[in-house]
Amino acid sequence: MERPLTQHMRPDGKALSLQEYEKTGGYQAARTALKMAPEEIQAMVKNANLRGRGGAGFNTGLKWSVVPMGDDAPRPKYLITNADEMEPGTFKDRMLMEGNPHQLIEGMIISAFAIQAGISYIFLRDEYRTAAKRVAAALSEAYDNNCLGKNIFGSGYNLELHLHTSAGRYICGEETALLNALEGKRAIPRTKPPYPQVSGLWGKPTVVNNAETLSNVPHIVKNGVAWYKGLSRSQDGGTKIYGVSGRVKRPGLWELPMGTTIRELFEEHAGGMQDGYKFRCLIPGGASTEFLTGEHFDVKMDFDSVMKAGSRLGTGAMIIIDDKTCPISVLYNLEHFFAHESCGWCTPCREGLPWVEKLLKAIEEGQGQPDDLEKLEMHGEFLWLGKTYCALAPGAMEPLRSGLKLFKEDFERHINEKRCPYGNGRIF
Amino acid sequence: MATIYIDNKPYEVKDGNNLLHACLSLGFNVPYFCWHPAMHSVGACRQCAVKQFKDEKDTRGRIVMSCMTPASDGTRISIDDPEVKAFRASIIEWFMTNHPHDCPVCDEGGECHLQDMTQMTGHVYRRFRFKKRTYNNQYLGPFLTHEMNRCIQCYRCVRFYRDYAGGRDFDVFASHNHVYFGRHEDGVLQNEFSGNLVEVCPTGVFDDKTFNKHYTRKWDLQTAPSICVHCGVGCNTIPGERYGRLRRIRNRYNGEVNRYFLCDRGRYGYEFVNSDRRIRRPLLRPTPHDGDSSGGESTVAGEEALRHIADLLYFGAGVIGIGSPRASLEANFALRSLVGPEHFYSGTSDTDSRLVAMIIDILSKGPARSPSLLEVESADAVFVLGEDVTNTAPVLALALRRSARQKPMEAARKQHIPCWDDAATRNAIQDAKGPFYIAAPYSTRLEDLSAHSYHAAPDDLARLGFAVAHELNKALPYVEGLPEQVRSLAGSIAGALKDAQRPLIVSGTGCGSEAVIQAAADIAWALSNGGRRADLCFTAPECNSLGLGLMGGHSLDGAFRAVQEGAADTVIILENDLYRRADEGAVNNFLGRVKHAVIIDHLTTPTSHKAEAALPAAAFAEADGTLVNSEGRAQRFYQVFVPEGGIQESWRWLRDIMITTRRAYAREWENPDAVMAALAEALPVFKQIQDIAPPAGFRIAGMKIPRQHQRYSGRTAMFADITVFEPRPPKDPDSPLSFTMEGYQGRPPSPLIPRFWSPGWNSVQAVNKFQSEVGGPLHGGDPGKRLLEPAEVKEIPFFKAIPGAFVSRKGEWLFIPVYHLFGSEEMSILSPGIAELSPRPYLGLNLEEANNLQVSAGEEIEVNVNGAVYQLPVRHVPGLPAGVAGLPAGLPGVHKATLPAWGSLSKTSGMVEVV
Repeated sequence: MERPLTQHMRPDGKALSLQEYEKTGGYQAARTALKMAPEEIQAMVKNANLRGRGGAGFNTGLKWSVVPMGDDAPRPKYLITNADEMEPGTFKDRMLMEGNPHQLIEGMIISAFAIQAGISYIFLRDEYRTAAKRVAAALSEAYDNNCLGKNIFGSGYNLELHLHTSAGRYICGEETALLNALEGKRAIPRTKPPYPQVSGLWGKPTVVNNAETLSNVPHIVKNGVAWYKGLSRSQDGGTKIYGVSGRVKRPGLWELPMGTTIRELFEEHAGGMQDGYKFRCLIPGGASTEFLTGEHFDVKMDFDSVMKAGSRLGTGAMIIIDDKTCPISVLYNLEHFFAHESCGWCTPCREGLPWVEKLLKAIEEGQGQPDDLEKLEMHGEFLWLGKTYCALAPGAMEPLRSGLKLFKEDFERHINEKRCPYGNGRIF
Repeated sequence: MATIYIDNKPYEVKDGNNLLHACLSLGFNVPYFCWHPAMHSVGACRQCAVKQFKDEKDTRGRIVMSCMTPASDGTRISIDDPEVKAFRASIIEWFMTNHPHDCPVCDEGGECHLQDMTQMTGHVYRRFRFKKRTYNNQYLGPFLTHEMNRCIQCYRCVRFYRDYAGGRDFDVFASHNHVYFGRHEDGVLQNEFSGNLVEVCPTGVFDDKTFNKHYTRKWDLQTAPSICVHCGVGCNTIPGERYGRLRRIRNRYNGEVNRYFLCDRGRYGYEFVNSDRRIRRPLLRPTPHDGDSSGGESTVAGEEALRHIADLLYFGAGVIGIGSPRASLEANFALRSLVGPEHFYSGTSDTDSRLVAMIIDILSKGPARSPSLLEVESADAVFVLGEDVTNTAPVLALALRRSARQKPMEAARKQHIPCWDDAATRNAIQDAKGPFYIAAPYSTRLEDLSAHSYHAAPDDLARLGFAVAHELNKALPYVEGLPEQVRSLAGSIAGALKDAQRPLIVSGTGCGSEAVIQAAADIAWALSNGGRRADLCFTAPECNSLGLGLMGGHSLDGAFRAVQEGAADTVIILENDLYRRADEGAVNNFLGRVKHAVIIDHLTTPTSHKAEAALPAAAFAEADGTLVNSEGRAQRFYQVFVPEGGIQESWRWLRDIMITTRRAYAREWENPDAVMAALAEALPVFKQIQDIAPPAGFRIAGMKIPRQHQRYSGRTAMFADITVFEPRPPKDPDSPLSFTMEGYQGRPPSPLIPRFWSPGWNSVQAVNKFQSEVGGPLHGGDPGKRLLEPAEVKEIPFFKAIPGAFVSRKGEWLFIPVYHLFGSEEMSILSPGIAELSPRPYLGLNLEEANNLQVSAGEEIEVNVNGAVYQLPVRHVPGLPAGVAGLPAGLPGVHKATLPAWGSLSKTSGMVEVV
């Protein structure tokens, strides 16, 4: 099985140097791409059906195609890697950047060239200190070896690539809030339209892609569309870095064909539940997706299939919930995170999420009231797409909405018994 | 036009607006918070949600924010849809999770937009049972209270303060549900427009601290339309009074003038009306000429004072009248009528009179037009020549902040971003600067906007101006000997102005230089050559400078000469402190020589102390009158309340003197309309003056317009401790307004709007209901009439005399005035808050010059100018050119009228050597 993103990584987990990376065929794709027409690369990535790995799953080539091209397009244009990986349970970008930073850099060179960007940023999560060091080292190697800077590989193409370490907020993962943060402003989202491809960083055309997404690009260019699509077991091209966490035997990350089933991930790769624990449910792709249950084990983990099952693939990093953990405390934990990470810009998110958090805490501590569920449902309905300013609050509502249905009995027992039936009423 | 469907009914709306703008303009009640008609949409509060449908068949629809959705042709929305109504109520419910229920002790109560919107959405029952969030409050200076617990995080304050008014010391801090709006630490807000937060904040976070000190509920205020008297811009205001004290000033929207905002001098300068320094009864004081040197004074009845004054006029050897640019047209004209035009003096110095006359000449004899502030906002290239606009005409500076954005906004238009999408527009513009140039004698506040700033002595500023004019029209004289970088700057300024659709030149009397004004005129005229539009905006020093200028009259120096030469021995001084107009010695000499000085003023001043008779004049809030602002717009202000004591309007005193001296025609002067009619007849330039507002006899359905709110409380009880009989409300023969609650409750004609109120809209946001379109003119047109229009001239009367370059002198400095929002104006400094913020008198030098003189900031130095000697601490004034020193204009103890002037400096140790 081919694992283009990870197969060359060192077993000791250290980063590949430029030399090591080039030995595995690194920077060949960039050399090829810089001789191609930018539009040709755009079409290639579009046809490969590389879908955004940050969680939204938008076709990457299609996203690029909106960027104004030609001599009269506004300049400079920007390509930005969104590496503010802060979705709970998700560590895939970290692994890619720590293990093979040059792969990302090469992906960025090709992608920047495809939209004719002149300046590029890696927007990195504050806590990823190791990744920051390794990316910085790789950047300096790349500059020293003419992979970046002026006249890359003698092609006449110039690209400046900067590493920006974030001050650390979940909202910075929202691409427009990321742009504001990068400009030194408060990390609050922007409305669309105008889309960043037209009016992005400093008001100029900008593409923001996830780190995993961009790491795929060199392999598409090197091996072609048909090969890339062939890696997948679904309509979406390529492989995916999947993750499983929770009380399973072998939590971890695996690069597997796009469309691997939940069952295969959970049973074969993660080894099933730890002894003494039973499976209750799972969140398929980070905290902001709806719960799936045992009946969904045969769902393929690709964007469309998970959507059809009533949730979202998200980051593809699933969290397994066991039978001994109180599901209300799980929800409280999630909503506590989202309430804290609200940027404070729009009313429903800023004021609604703390209310949700307080209600869940009260219920978990045995102080719930019968009409609390109604209030939670109201939030599930009104903190929804289009009603809030960005997707943070709707993301926070995805586990709550499904949790209200899935754990109805647990909610009622908490309220009626005025205690947590799991014995601890523990808030963690 | 576009057709939109609101709850299935079609409506015609203007193209290019958003749905909220359209709905409010159509009169629908859609609640909102973060949207502001001047600051537009950001979509933060989510309160203005409506349901949008794809087409007629769409029954599900989706909730959208009306402020962020274009009102394009065919848009179908519902305001009344149950789901969206529930959503709007839930927004209020979320605000109320943390908003304290302290309305009874909140200054905002009764005029709170949050109260109104809560009522409008129907949120009633509290379901949130947890603890509310709390904050610490800050001390923000003498003007604003801060009560952060009430904050609903609409972001309006920070958007106004930083984005709109260019402030830097106020921001939003922290995140999630602990967002905080304030300063990085306690301290006085530095922005000149901070007081607007009172009206911008939809609830009681920022309230008027001066109002708080003599607080009363909004509905208990007696209000009338008024005009600000603290500079020449002529902002429209609504003063409020109760129990004989003026309590506060609020903005009165005028689409062409101040629109939504006031400056802090205008908002907080009102307290002089309540000052201890008021003259409240007629005073007679024996003079040395009467052989009595006891100096005692006695208050007398009005009749006695009038008889005394009549005697003076009857037996005197000759009488002259000295008018005032801070007095109304009515008052000045009455004085002019009493003494005769040949004996009427304008009461301003030679220089000031000449500068104002020149401005009037330029605006009426040349092709350039004086723009309204609305027109200033749309200028796309600006050249400010010689004026510290923020301190001499503050609200003009606010308008210029809008014009500076015009050109950069093209970037947003190219990206098809609608101009009401404020955040996206700002993202597209970033910090791009437009063609905005400033040339001033020192560094000014607007320089954060300017592409280039140039600092020089007044003559050098004029030379730059003439060089720009030459670049625009090579037939104009070439400025010899200009340094190369100045010439190239002139080239780029000329290029930018030429490329603009709406170029604007801003200048004024600030430098005290005719050449600067002439250069500004030449530039605007050179641009308008060939029928192009070019606006020319002059600042005027005082609220009626232009009105007085249009009336004519000799300068104050002429009055001094008349007395010196023995042509007159009696003088009537109208609302004027001569010590602010001329050197102390000259005024002393003049007042010593006149046998009889009569003053009509509302304040005791150094001048009034020397008058034989003083008549208590009504301050602006106690009188009706007309002022002409720097645009040339005549505007009417109305009496807010009837003052106690013997106070009456200056023109009435003058009329009474005329009647006492048997001038029969004055008997017909029953109200200001009659005075205006006489003025229009005497001076044709004022012929439109009678049309600026409905006459005193105007009624709607037989009713007057009440100055008191229909909810005015306690009328039968408020004087019950004095009399059990309800006092009869005073009559107002002067205007269609009444001092009662009763009368026409609908929307009055725009010049007569005493307050903005509409059912369900108790806050200032009610102004939406008075406009023909949100942000547009008031119904029936914005008040005021322009008296100055450009002339259609065959040959433009260009100025061709170019001053020589400024040459610094050894051991001497050119002293120029430095203006202060707080301090430079005579009356506002009587407000305690403004006095607190005004600087102490100082000597301004640039850092290098101070270093050369080996004086440090704060060190005292002796200043010798115009024969006066001051001991002043040194202060660094960035930008002042070498050889030029600054003196704060108008501060007590420093005379502005005679600047610029040459003088010397000496340290206590002896004369300063120039290093």
